[in-house]
Amino acid sequence: MTATDLSTAPVPSFDDEDEGGRKLVLICSKGSLDMAYPGLVLANAALGEGIEVHIFFTFWGFEIINKKTMGDLKFVAMGNPATHMPNAVMGLPGMTAVATKMMRKQIAELDIPEGPEFLDIIHESGGHLWACRMSADMNKLTEDDLYEGVEGIISATDFMELSEGAQTIFI
Amino acid sequence: MPVVTVLERQIHLDEEGFLTEPSEWDEALARELAANIGLELTPRHLEVIAFARSDQAEQGETPTLRRMTAVGGFPTKELFQLFPKKPAKKLSYVAGLQKPVGCV
Repeated sequence: MTATDLSTAPVPSFDDEDEGGRKLVLICSKGSLDMAYPGLVLANAALGEGIEVHIFFTFWGFEIINKKTMGDLKFVAMGNPATHMPNAVMGLPGMTAVATKMMRKQIAELDIPEGPEFLDIIHESGGHLWACRMSADMNKLTEDDLYEGVEGIISATDFMELSEGAQTIFI
Repeated sequence: MPVVTVLERQIHLDEEGFLTEPSEWDEALARELAANIGLELTPRHLEVIAFARSDQAEQGETPTLRRMTAVGGFPTKELFQLFPKKPAKKLSYVAGLQKPVGCV
């Protein structure tokens, strides 16, 4: 390619206007360590691309934002064929602790933050965190029990409003 | 790969527009690149850029936002203010680095 000046040179797609209105909603419904990360990683990546992000925590997904459990998510290998370990072994007492420790180590080695720190990053990056009303009521939890960055406990109807026009991913 | 004349010298870009030779970068070029994407550099921008460049020189890869915060000590929120919307990519572009490859 011939020499040109900057005005005609390629520029990475920072066209902020083009991204205007793009919105991503992630529904986090699982409470295990391995199922917490997909939502957190995608939310973080989307925020870094200038996309409006909302995460809706529901059912077991509450584990990720419940102050009592958020730092202590577990990975259960039993019944998971992708671990290629016999269930008779993975069902032995203490195996969940071992599997969880291993997974935490692998995640830390990649310099990926732990759950609560990841929530801090998402919150600071402008991501919106919401908790499900029915799950809160079932577990008798209030906003005081949840991570501070959670903006509110909302109903399924509220969720319909906030997710209007969004790309929605259920995890 | 595009070769572009800026400030009366040639620089090399990849197809997306990121500088391929970090050594072709200097502060004057950073100001040109920043102006090209609508940013005006402040001394704080230059601090962030200086860390990103020195970290890249040591590690061989562009730091991710997480690394800019965890190792560089720049708060995430501030990075979003300095380089709005796409902080990691905008920072890399202005700092004359490739965009980060890490997921987080």
